[in-house]
Amino acid sequence: MAHLARLARLAVTEDELDLFAGQLDVILGSVARIGDVAAADIRPTSHAVPLENVSRPDEVRPSLPREDVLAGAPAVEDDRFRVPQILGEEE
Amino acid sequence: MAELIELDAAETAARIAAGEVSAVEVAQAHLDRIAESDGDIRAFLHVDTSGALAAANAVDERRRSGEPLGPLAGVPLAMKDVVVTRGLPTTSGSKILQGWVPPYDATITRRVREAGIVMLGKTNMDEFAMGSSTENSAYQVTRNPWDLSRVPGGSSGGSSAAVAAFQAPLSIGTDTGGSIRQPAAVTGIVGHKPTYGAVSRYGLIAFSSSLDQAGPFARTVTDTALLHQVLAGHDPLDSTSIPSPGPDVVAAVKEGAGSDLSGVRVGIVRELTGLGGGYQQGVLDSFRDAVAILESLGAEVVEVSCPHFDYALAAYYLIAPSECSSNLARFDSVRYGLRAGDDGSRSLEEVMSLTRERGFGPEVKRRIMIGTYALSSGYYDAYYGQAQKVRTLIADDFRRAFTQADVLVSPTSPFVAFGVGERVADPMAMYVNDLCTLPASLAGTPAISVPCGLSDETGPALPVGLQIMAPAMADDRCFRVAASFEAAYVARNGQILAGRSRSGSAGSGTAGNGTDGANR
Repeated sequence: MAHLARLARLAVTEDELDLFAGQLDVILGSVARIGDVAAADIRPTSHAVPLENVSRPDEVRPSLPREDVLAGAPAVEDDRFRVPQILGEEE
Repeated sequence: MAELIELDAAETAARIAAGEVSAVEVAQAHLDRIAESDGDIRAFLHVDTSGALAAANAVDERRRSGEPLGPLAGVPLAMKDVVVTRGLPTTSGSKILQGWVPPYDATITRRVREAGIVMLGKTNMDEFAMGSSTENSAYQVTRNPWDLSRVPGGSSGGSSAAVAAFQAPLSIGTDTGGSIRQPAAVTGIVGHKPTYGAVSRYGLIAFSSSLDQAGPFARTVTDTALLHQVLAGHDPLDSTSIPSPGPDVVAAVKEGAGSDLSGVRVGIVRELTGLGGGYQQGVLDSFRDAVAILESLGAEVVEVSCPHFDYALAAYYLIAPSECSSNLARFDSVRYGLRAGDDGSRSLEEVMSLTRERGFGPEVKRRIMIGTYALSSGYYDAYYGQAQKVRTLIADDFRRAFTQADVLVSPTSPFVAFGVGERVADPMAMYVNDLCTLPASLAGTPAISVPCGLSDETGPALPVGLQIMAPAMADDRCFRVAASFEAAYVARNGQILAGRSRSGSAGSGTAGNGTDGANR
């Protein structure tokens, strides 16, 4: 569970881990029956009307104004998104 | 102005076009209704009074200058908060997007604005549309106008409650596993989930991309069709958008309302009739009565079997969490929304994890973790891959059934509206709400919910919905049969079911409690 939370970038608390562990067991237990269906030769589906090679004309369109986009950001510096350090000191 | 809020959308637009009433008066009547009732209902997360009045005024000016107006010009609408709206706060019901004001419009927002429809505000929803009761909203619990102690369904519960409470004649929801149809059913209104790809997803905050579809709510089938017609159509900005014009659902409603169902084959899906238990008797009774009405209209009723529908719940609760875990990775504390714990000492990854921990609610975290598990190496084929194959088998079941029947019917939900708090502690008890709606979601086929009766099994008389399903791209069949059914319902009961939450004739005195009477 702790490993899953780490993969999902969720700093969950110990209490949450306990709660979720029980609930996830129940949920995964009830979806496990998906394995009972013989589907080895079946193709997967993701759309009611399968579309292939969807493209649109390569036309230049205006981008969103920079200030409009940055207005929604949690931190901005020098007209850019400000990001916390990417590498730890030990790396 | 009580009468203005009771008009349907088609009539409202006709009166505005004829100059009998102004769009501003109509907007103001609904804003007043919201002000008076939303303390109880809590359908709206944001009410845009000035924007609504400005949009209404623009419609009035166009009318005065003789410009032709569309069939819904000047009609108020409530927009689910999962749809981005330029200049209007959009949160998707989550704290992680609190205060975010999008810099662009979703395609459906643009279409609504261009149709002259007046957006009143943004409606409450389960966080990122994950839920069936709207109790997973990070902001507030929306109440069912029929009984304020009960939920309005979900995830589009703010949009269903707003229409059922006469705060707006139209609203927009999104349906991933039933989030338009089930809230429509439990609030006694009409809701349509279009064929996947019929309505653009550009500007919808993504939950499960291969399932999400936006669609209309209204109190009548005609209004629902008129709004569907505004929303549907090809959009080059959505690569899953179907590149051909959809059927004329407004014409289908005219045909359905003006004729019986002779020659129409209606299939009852054996797997969705509660044989294995779990359905309320009042819902099954109401469904049986609805089938009898269809038969009396001349429909040929047959029973069909779709054996793989029994696996729909398992497939859905693998696919939706998997796609959500991927989609919600965009909430990384960098480009929009919340950032937590950025004290200069922590790395991006730590800040990201703290932000997501603080910004997401429990159901969202649960689904992200299930999805992360189901997509992880070694499990992908057994879970996500297998679930996508089961979708094919479900779609094949539909294809076979549609050789025997033109439309399929079932109850929309196994239960009527349940009490606030009743199911929150047990995720599986919440998930079974979607039992009847999941197959059409997984197959991408269209389905409508139309009110079919009331059940007092759990206390006050509460609405039950009839689900009508059709093949992909045949949304018009849903509307045609729904329109015939609605006309027969009105002939028997004197009015549409949604009208009864307001007229207080819904049986027990608690129906419409608190939303009604004060201004009458």
